[in-house]
Amino acid sequence: MINVDRYKCGYCGTCVSVCPEAAIDLLETFININDSMCKACNICVKICPIGALEVPIDEE
Amino acid sequence: MKNRYDVVVVGAGPGGSITAKVAAKGGLDVLLVEKRQEIGSPVRCAEGVSKKGLKKFLPQIKKEWISSEANGARIYSPDGTKVEMAEEMAGSEVGYVLERKIFDRDLAIMSADEGADVYAKTTVTDLVIKDGFVKGVKGRHLGKSFEVECNLVIGADGTESKIGRMAGIDTTLKPVDIESGAEYLMTGIDVDDFCDFYLGNDVAPGGYAWIFPKGDKRANVGLAVLGKHLLKKTVKRPIDYLNKFVKEHYKDGKVASVILGGVPVSRPVKTIGNGIMLVGDAARFTDPITGGGILKAMESGTMAGETAVDAIEAEDFSENTLKKYENKWRPTIGRKNERNYLIKEFFITLSDDELNGLARSVNEVKITEMSVTGLVATLIEKNPETLKNLSKMLFKYL
Ligand SMILES: Cc1cc2nc3c(=O)[nH]c(=O)nc-3n(C[C@H](O)[C@H](O)[C@H](O)COP(=O)(O)OP(=O)(O)OC[C@H]3O[C@@H](n4cnc5c(N)ncnc54)[C@H](O)[C@@H]3O)c2cc1C
Repeated sequence: MINVDRYKCGYCGTCVSVCPEAAIDLLETFININDSMCKACNICVKICPIGALEVPIDEE
Repeated sequence: MKNRYDVVVVGAGPGGSITAKVAAKGGLDVLLVEKRQEIGSPVRCAEGVSKKGLKKFLPQIKKEWISSEANGARIYSPDGTKVEMAEEMAGSEVGYVLERKIFDRDLAIMSADEGADVYAKTTVTDLVIKDGFVKGVKGRHLGKSFEVECNLVIGADGTESKIGRMAGIDTTLKPVDIESGAEYLMTGIDVDDFCDFYLGNDVAPGGYAWIFPKGDKRANVGLAVLGKHLLKKTVKRPIDYLNKFVKEHYKDGKVASVILGGVPVSRPVKTIGNGIMLVGDAARFTDPITGGGILKAMESGTMAGETAVDAIEAEDFSENTLKKYENKWRPTIGRKNERNYLIKEFFITLSDDELNGLARSVNEVKITEMSVTGLVATLIEKNPETLKNLSKMLFKYL
């Protein structure tokens, strides 16, 4: 599961474009990750320009 | 909103608005939907555009669209070697720095003036697909569900490009094909009428930093880092590189806006299917070297709008008929994209030393053709040995 820090997120949609599973949606002003589709490849986490997506520490 | 249109255009960026304008002008019943509540906002762009290029699509430039004009460009290599580019004719500004909040909204309004129905705060969440043909869209308008039938859907939904995926086109960007960008609109800084570019692995790995003047001591100061490099542990976030850059160059500047966004630096995807076409960033038409996509969005939007008019007249919405669209963009947008993709693939492998060497080889030269081709041609001329492979690769294009 990937956490989105909503206070950091600039809802730019960069994460949406790289998700191989199409599991991410930008709903105008927030990011929604569909956990049942996410395969935890973490590309979205690394691509985010501001670091708003995080893998919870115990899962890293 | 009616429950039937000839064409539904998803996304009111420059690509979608021009598509809707051309289709509506051609007599079609057009719906243009935009999920944001304010078209053009938040901005995800450095707003630079060539003057000549823009006039091709909009002969009447409104002064409200322009925040300043640029007369040339300076590129700084990692050790500070400067390469200057300026157009030969004195006094001919080569570029505009736009005010996209106003520009994007005006383009959408121009499509409405041609007769398109325009709805903001309206998201497409799914396509209606029947017998292998896209036949409509489902979505939410002001939070309420709606469904609209149509013969053609145009995916003009920008970098996210989910509409294509809904139709079975894989638009996923690989980390080597996307730049992740961060930018500040800064105020209280010294800028002139040139656009500045900074290269280097400490500045923006696999990308570059830019300063685009916005007049009145303001500028868009931003940078983008190649996704491939962001996968490495040693590489920081784009925002961290930006903060470092700003500290070094504009310590006393104030930050009036924070802008984030991804720029495709990819080859185009498949852009057609039964009942669907993709335009602009959604089709990955952005220039892989400069990251410029405004004009490509408008150019492809024009082509898709024209193709839509033909398809409705022929009453044939099959992928085969929509090949007309691909036939229009391949020799134009596609050819330039391929050339610059090859240049990108070469440049992202260069070390700081190699970049410095190239910059030194041309820093005494006056480059008067303000374009990627102009610059690369000069570099090849000055470095025939080092750039032998690049010149071989580009031989078809230069
Ligand atoms: C940091 C940065 C700097 C850039 N600098 C420049 C530059 O200086 N010059 C230049 O030419 N280009 C630049 N670009 C690229 C440029 O911004 C894009 O190429 C251009 O905006 C593409 O236009 P478009 O119409 O294809 O997409 P967009 O302008 O992205 O418009 C797509 C629209 O679709 C909407 N949308 C998405 N999904 C849906 C949905 N499901 N339903 C309804 N609406 C939807 C979005 O909200 C958006 O408004 C830059 C990009 C970035 C990120």
